[in-house]
Amino acid sequence: MRVLVTGASGLLGGTVAARLIERGDDVTTLQRRSSGVDGVREVCGSVTDQGALEEAVRGAGAVVHCAAKVGFTGAEADFARVNATGTAALVAAARGAGARAFVQVSSPSVAHTGSSIVGEGAGPASPDHARGAYARTKAAGEVAALEADGPGFTTVAVRPHLMWGPGDTQLVERVAQRSLTGRMPLVGDGAPLVDSTYSDDAVSAVIAALDRALEGDRAVAGRAFVVTSGQPRPVGELISRIALAGGGQVPTRSVPFPLAWAAGALAEGVWAVLRRVGSSVADDEPPLTRFLAEQLGTAHWFDLRETRAALRWEPGVGIDEGLRRTASFYDGWAAPA
Amino acid sequence: MTASADAHPATSRRPDLPELPGVDPAWHRWVDVADADGVTRRWHLLDGATSVVGEPVGTVLAVHGNPTWSYLWRSVVARAAAAGWRVVAVDQLDMGFSERTGTRRRLERRIDDLLRATDVLGLTGRGAPGAPLVSLGHDWGGIVSAGWAGRVRERGQHVAGVVLTNTAVHHRATEPPPPVLQAVRAPGVHRLVTETTAGFVRAMLASPRASGSGVRLSPAVRRAYLAPYRSAADRVGVGAFVSDIPATLDHPSRPALDEVAAGLSAMGSGRPGPDGQGGAVPSLVVWGARDPVFGQRYLDDLRARLPHGDVHRVESAGHLVVEEADVAGIVTRWLTERVAARPARPRAAPPQPGPAERPYRPMVAGLYERAAGPGRDELAVVQLRPDAPPDTITWAALARRVDETAAGLLAHGARPGERISLLVPPGVELTVLLYASLRLGLVGVVADAGLGLKGLTRAIRGAAPSHLAAVHPAVGVAWVLGWPGRRVAVGSSPGGPLVRRAALALSSATELTAIEALGRETLTAARDSGRAESVLGHHDTGPPAGDDAVVIFTSGSTGPAKGVVYTHERMAAMRDTFGAVARVDEGRPLVAAFAPFALLGPALGATSAVPETDVTKPATLTAPALANAVAAVGAKGVFASPAALANVVATAGDLDARQSAALDGVEVLLSAGAPVDPSVLAAAAALVPGATARTPYGMTEALPTTDVSLEELLEAGTGEGVLVGSAVPGATVAVAPLDVGGRPSGALTTQAGVTGEVAVSAPHVKDRYDQLWDVERASAVDAGWHRTGDVGHLDESGRLWVEGRLAHVVLTAGGVVTPVGVEQRVQELPAVARAALVGVGPRGAQVCVVVVEVRGDDARDDRRPAAPGPAPLGLATQVRTAAQPVDVSAVLVTSALPTDIRHRSKIDRARVAAWAEGVLAGRTSARSAP
Repeated sequence: MRVLVTGASGLLGGTVAARLIERGDDVTTLQRRSSGVDGVREVCGSVTDQGALEEAVRGAGAVVHCAAKVGFTGAEADFARVNATGTAALVAAARGAGARAFVQVSSPSVAHTGSSIVGEGAGPASPDHARGAYARTKAAGEVAALEADGPGFTTVAVRPHLMWGPGDTQLVERVAQRSLTGRMPLVGDGAPLVDSTYSDDAVSAVIAALDRALEGDRAVAGRAFVVTSGQPRPVGELISRIALAGGGQVPTRSVPFPLAWAAGALAEGVWAVLRRVGSSVADDEPPLTRFLAEQLGTAHWFDLRETRAALRWEPGVGIDEGLRRTASFYDGWAAPA
Repeated sequence: MTASADAHPATSRRPDLPELPGVDPAWHRWVDVADADGVTRRWHLLDGATSVVGEPVGTVLAVHGNPTWSYLWRSVVARAAAAGWRVVAVDQLDMGFSERTGTRRRLERRIDDLLRATDVLGLTGRGAPGAPLVSLGHDWGGIVSAGWAGRVRERGQHVAGVVLTNTAVHHRATEPPPPVLQAVRAPGVHRLVTETTAGFVRAMLASPRASGSGVRLSPAVRRAYLAPYRSAADRVGVGAFVSDIPATLDHPSRPALDEVAAGLSAMGSGRPGPDGQGGAVPSLVVWGARDPVFGQRYLDDLRARLPHGDVHRVESAGHLVVEEADVAGIVTRWLTERVAARPARPRAAPPQPGPAERPYRPMVAGLYERAAGPGRDELAVVQLRPDAPPDTITWAALARRVDETAAGLLAHGARPGERISLLVPPGVELTVLLYASLRLGLVGVVADAGLGLKGLTRAIRGAAPSHLAAVHPAVGVAWVLGWPGRRVAVGSSPGGPLVRRAALALSSATELTAIEALGRETLTAARDSGRAESVLGHHDTGPPAGDDAVVIFTSGSTGPAKGVVYTHERMAAMRDTFGAVARVDEGRPLVAAFAPFALLGPALGATSAVPETDVTKPATLTAPALANAVAAVGAKGVFASPAALANVVATAGDLDARQSAALDGVEVLLSAGAPVDPSVLAAAAALVPGATARTPYGMTEALPTTDVSLEELLEAGTGEGVLVGSAVPGATVAVAPLDVGGRPSGALTTQAGVTGEVAVSAPHVKDRYDQLWDVERASAVDAGWHRTGDVGHLDESGRLWVEGRLAHVVLTAGGVVTPVGVEQRVQELPAVARAALVGVGPRGAQVCVVVVEVRGDDARDDRRPAAPGPAPLGLATQVRTAAQPVDVSAVLVTSALPTDIRHRSKIDRARVAAWAEGVLAGRTSARSAP
């Protein structure tokens, strides 16, 4: 089976590609810079580049679409070009190339218009009302993928929530670094319960979704599933343990939620101005955004029963073992302050 | 136009019908019915026929009261339909969406109207027994529906059941109508409130807020209730109903009401009806106890009329009980079980209880044997008192006082079967009163002062005693709070004879001494004429075994206290079981620092001593006080609560040599009333070196169920739950396995290692709950067994381990998690004083949270104090490790876990769960107390 994995330079895409190679699949990857995964046919380019797309999907029986533009700030059109339009183009190209299965890696944020989530399943994606440009454009991409489901072309979306793991530059290393410079605040008392996903659990879920889609399983066809490690933790504790695992320290600063939210709003405004004036400071993410304040100050955990049943999958590693593995990966590695 | 039934149940929705939440539009029907004057009237009704799949099991005619309409019954229509019952809920004429007739329709006319309507609808009861017909009514609708049922029976037709909810079928002319109704009926007020404005309707809709049920009608539901009563013209029926309340003897509707009441009595009495049908008509009364209009006396009246009927009293609901409690569920279950007469649910034959029951020996038998024996002048009861000689009574004197009190109560007007509320602290007087009641067949009502004044008032009102015995301050309280029953004052009053006489006069109480004197006279006179036994009968025969003996209230730690009824036979079995477990008999005196045990002493023929202590504050019992009581009677058995034992251990240093020596003679030490920490029991046992230490497990409904020795407890260590031991002699323990939804749905099993709801079968299990039909039904799903509400499992040796309360199991995606095993493992951590395992999130997808109280000296961890909130990392790791294999999502620290007031040992996990839910959702500050 030839499988195209996009976004293989990232933690999730790269690990999925490696696992597929391990089990004997014929893997092509598509990403802007080299993925470094051994044994794959590599196409370098963006999903916004039609030529690269067609080159990548050639002969693919299935597609795992991990590539996305991630971030809390930035122009919505930039997000839309990759996350919405790019996904739609990839879906069309895949179908055109004769693929039977399409796995869209999405995010729980595509379905949530409110702030707190307590034990809910996967709701429908909401391109109009999701919070933030990233979530809205990912929602549009998910809708495009799931609507393309039909006879001979099974599409399914998996939505890993708050993924982290060894080699994760997005969350682990950033949290660890910020904790050492005192720039990683906790919001409120850190009690709200949040789900998160150890990277290997996300990888196994993506592969399970791929296998169900290849089987043409109608229980998954055209549907979205939230994926986590199934072990929610108080957000303060989770952040602290991730910081420690990544070579950082336990954050000691705490900001009341309303203040954090206001600071996030302010930072977003400042960053927008900086970007407009072309400041290089704006290349990095602001220290706090409203989205981040909400993530740190409200509950976000899910009911995985449908995911487990439909994907016939269990989170096999979990939080505690995941933290051990992450810590051993970063052992002796002090996060650069 | 001739009267005709609307042929199409699914009459198209009339355009002026507003949005009616909970009503299936297919239920609406209009029928034209000719009334007694031959005038055709249009009725609106909700007919659930379309929601019934297949042939209906039977039909329920539901009649609303004032100022509601058939909307009241929407939940019943839907719920009963799902069980195969067709409910036809009519709007009475001039009410709801039925015709405004422009006539005055009094009660008699309304009953006639309804009969004509049901004739047109074909609801005649002729189809019995295949299609039973049941009436259901609320408020005025209760009167009209009961009157209708009476008339149907008069016609020789069959009524299969009568259900009433908060209805007054009888206003005694000697008592004023309820104040609220008096106010509404006052000239000038009446019209303004009931018709000119919608005040009466709105007040009714607001009533659930005041009743304490926590129910508030949603704006949409309130709008639906108001929909047919928008204008003053719409509300003529509301006003007319209020005017028609026959509060006075000369009211024109009085004869009709009397007829309804008499008809109801006939249905309840079991007298054969004109149809030749014998036996009482099955009946159910569902009663909201907090009804400000129809108070307890109206329920008492209904119970008197329907003595064999079922009653379900909802303590927390008010007048609009249908909105405030699960009336739909209760009524549907009742219809299915009491009327449809379907075969009992197929269940695997439960394990059979143990050996054959012993022959019934009345409760008073042991006492009279001692009084007739050679030791008649030995002490029966010894009450040690501070700074005063002990209060004592010999066996002979006790038997005499019991006889005299029983005879006196009889002469005073008390009759066997009536209830007497016993508000007397343990001691000689309570012993006399209790055994006199048992002797006479009066049913003692016992409620613990720990319920608080509010809980006590509810319990006593609900039990509806005819008599009330109370010590002096309480007798005044009884008068002030209007507790029911003819009052008997016990003991001396503070403040001298004048104050006493004034208090008696004011509270219209009779002193117990006067009652005893009256009994003495009666018995003397009878003896003189050689017919002593004609007064009370022989003590050996006692009241019939199956008659009620006592009503004991539960502690109320989970919702309002429930009255538990024991018959004489079951209470005698409890005596025998207790005697066997505690090894108490005639030659073995006991000391009881735990009140219930003191009362059983005379029944077992054992001398009992109560140590010098405040029985309502068990933790005040000191080691010297206990030793003095042991010495006073040469006690072989000592019974105390864990709190009392803890204080005994703490004060052991105060024992002198003589007191220590007295304790050496003790052979049995029993800790009862709450789970005991084995270390406390061990420390207490060390003070009575010759005794075996044991602790029973049980509940008000089955006391005791199992017991376990200290040695077994220490040997067993911790496991998945608390070891409570093996079933007591004569009892069998089994579990009903839990399904994935946490419901005890499996057949009872004694298989080891299966977790389920604990059930017990024994001759000393309760007879029933008092006036809680639906609760009783749920607790007795397996005939002869009591479901305890606890969850646990049996081990290979058949010993029971309790894992928590059924209501507290956590329903995770991975299955059911019970709390106690995890809590015990976590509590072994040096930093943790107490722990509670609770679930947060939606049922079935819950995650586990452990909330801990940390020890003061170990409150530091990771160099950060364990302040209320998420636990520091080190503590969280320790707790998670201890809890394995259960995954703990969050560990929260709190300053104080809430416990029940009575035992200070049962953690209120429901409250902890609600608090944790708020904290972990970011809604509640963790610094707030659970």
